[in-house]
Amino acid sequence: MRKWISLLLATALTAAVAVACASSSDTAGGDGAADGNSVLNTVLDRGSVICGVNGQLPGFSFVDSGGEYSGMDADYCRAIAAALFDDPSKVEFRNLSAQERFTALAAGEVDVLIRNTTWTINRDTALGLEFMPTTFYDGQGMLVTTASGVKDLKGLSGKSICVQSGTTTEQNLTDSFRKQNIPFTPVVFDDEDALYSAFTQGRCQAATSDRSQLTARRKSLPNPDNYAVLDDVISKEPLGAAVRNNDSKWADAVKWITYSTFQAEELDITQASLAQAESSADPEVKRLLGKEGTLGTDMGLPNDFAARVIKAVGNYGEIYDRNIGTPFALERGLNELWTDGGLIYSPPFR
Amino acid sequence: MTTATPPSSAPPLNQIGAAAWAKKNLFSSVSNTILTIVSGLVLIWVVLTLLIWGFTQADWRVIPANFRLLMVGRYPINLIWRVWLALGLIVVAAGLSWGVLARNSRLFDRRGLIVLGIGAAALVIVLALLSDPISIAISLGLLALLVGLAFVGQQVGKVVPTFGNWLPLVWLVAFVIGYSLIRGFLIGRPVKGDDLGGLLLTLLTASVSIVLSFPFGILLALGRRSDLPVIRLLSTIYIEVIRGLPLITILFASQFLVPLVLPPYIRTDRLIRAVVGLTMFSAAYLAENVRGGLQAVPRGQAEASKALGMNPLLTTGLIVMPQALKAVIPTMVGQFISLFKDTSLLTIIGFTELLGIGQTILANPQFLGRNVEMYTFIGLIYFLCCYAMSIASQRLERQLNSSGTPTVAPAATIDP
Repeated sequence: MRKWISLLLATALTAAVAVACASSSDTAGGDGAADGNSVLNTVLDRGSVICGVNGQLPGFSFVDSGGEYSGMDADYCRAIAAALFDDPSKVEFRNLSAQERFTALAAGEVDVLIRNTTWTINRDTALGLEFMPTTFYDGQGMLVTTASGVKDLKGLSGKSICVQSGTTTEQNLTDSFRKQNIPFTPVVFDDEDALYSAFTQGRCQAATSDRSQLTARRKSLPNPDNYAVLDDVISKEPLGAAVRNNDSKWADAVKWITYSTFQAEELDITQASLAQAESSADPEVKRLLGKEGTLGTDMGLPNDFAARVIKAVGNYGEIYDRNIGTPFALERGLNELWTDGGLIYSPPFR
Repeated sequence: MTTATPPSSAPPLNQIGAAAWAKKNLFSSVSNTILTIVSGLVLIWVVLTLLIWGFTQADWRVIPANFRLLMVGRYPINLIWRVWLALGLIVVAAGLSWGVLARNSRLFDRRGLIVLGIGAAALVIVLALLSDPISIAISLGLLALLVGLAFVGQQVGKVVPTFGNWLPLVWLVAFVIGYSLIRGFLIGRPVKGDDLGGLLLTLLTASVSIVLSFPFGILLALGRRSDLPVIRLLSTIYIEVIRGLPLITILFASQFLVPLVLPPYIRTDRLIRAVVGLTMFSAAYLAENVRGGLQAVPRGQAEASKALGMNPLLTTGLIVMPQALKAVIPTMVGQFISLFKDTSLLTIIGFTELLGIGQTILANPQFLGRNVEMYTFIGLIYFLCCYAMSIASQRLERQLNSSGTPTVAPAATIDP
């Protein structure tokens, strides 16, 4: 008898705990853009920014051995936290899968989505997202063996190509090869690891994915020198941050925090040279760093937000080199500053 | 005529020993011999390939470099003592239960001692390769605590035999305090759900779902056998609907559908939503297992207890349910093991539990391409946990059988 009383008691207690947990869950999310209350205010009140990331993508976001999020996307999350709180650690990272990312943003589970999301017209309009400046211009490419002697897409005529299913990658491949009238056999995989192991075993003569990923993968293959990424790019993949529609205050903040890293590189202000730049007489530098004018406070940010960002994560070039340039030896290409023939361009800070 | 048993002689030498066994089982005919040789060669080839890969080509540095991540995820390093303390509480509960359950027998037979010794040695070696001296010291301390408390529990069990009935409560209290410690509900600063990860998150979600699905499963099973049509119908619909949906669908719904349906000012922790999803799923299956057990109990049992004047609640609680549950322990443990493994699906909805944190680590440019090493290690951890559950269930079964039905002690029959 007492055994059952004890079990009953245990059950009741368990239920009580479950209820307690459910009610103590976080109520801080706060959507409220509808009633004129911007996410910016919510974030400032909460004291941290919730950032949706991939968490499993080399170079963009992953957890390093010390347990810290690392990568380009993670650094842009930190840049926002640094601008708002002068403390890059005030970020709550949330791993999101490809399927759940837009729902999570729409439902207010995250304040900003920085998860290697390609800016497309449909996502911008029908999905109700507001895209921020592109921080990484990716494009779909081809990985081949050097032994095959393939130099361009024409060389892949009649060959088998390994591709991941259910991605835009698959459609891009078909579209671009059909356009150029090159016959090929797609070999479709569900899993990325399976794809590359099939490629190294010779089941297909080329593997296709975003070029940043191909470059990263190439480094991890047993003999990287036996493989090469073709120069051809068969799709446009502008990757950047995204926020919810109808909240320009928050969108402006994220937008100009991103631009400040571009502008800093253009003005040649690095983490190391920031102290020097603070005392510069150049009016452009002074405006960017908030020494002159009220560019920051006019949009509800601290006036020195750009200086805080540079102090925390550096300028765009530094972020790129640290996360992608150095580890993968990926040349900047389209991600050069506009002055060097790339697409990284910030509207003027004035 | 004589009534004395003729003296027994030892079996002929050619019928015992390894050679005789092999001859009888492996080489009894030509086809068997060929089969043995072929499968033996394949086995040797597979093992050799694996060993050669493991010792020459594999780069195991990814495991020790990220061992803490794999165990506790991004749990703040300066608060890690809370996890140890919580583990200590669980060890206390485990030690006491072990002692109390084994109060009428010796704690260690020779086999038990050997297992314990090997276990301790393996613990030291594995942790020495993967972790730091402090962790080794604490782990060995916890092992000693386990054994010590087993002796204490044995003594307590002898003095207060009913103590065993309170063990579920001890476990629950240990678990609740341990969980509160880990999350920082009681003292210090709270730890966010997103900072839990690795094996810790796997064990937490699995154990909470298992514990919660147990009562719900029993209630559903009783509901499906109820005489009240509404309750019977609702239980049946629930069980059939949930069993007709894949777990991953339920998990996706818990993550994306619930926030869309709920008004925006109600926010629920996504970890709790995931645990609710796992529990709902598991409860439906458990209900069917328990129903199987209920059907195995002869009607006469319930009728007899009615004849004794017991009300339906007592009949179910004291007569039918204990027998039913005992009958379905193996299937229930099978269900729990499968639930434990199902927690790896949480990776797909963005949790960094054991598999998820493994994939996150694999995205580190430093460890790109170390997939096989990582998945081997994760697989090993899953196997160890599931095997431990399986062993525990076998012990529990034996324990319940020996206490329930008196059996003849086999030791007394051989008398020279």
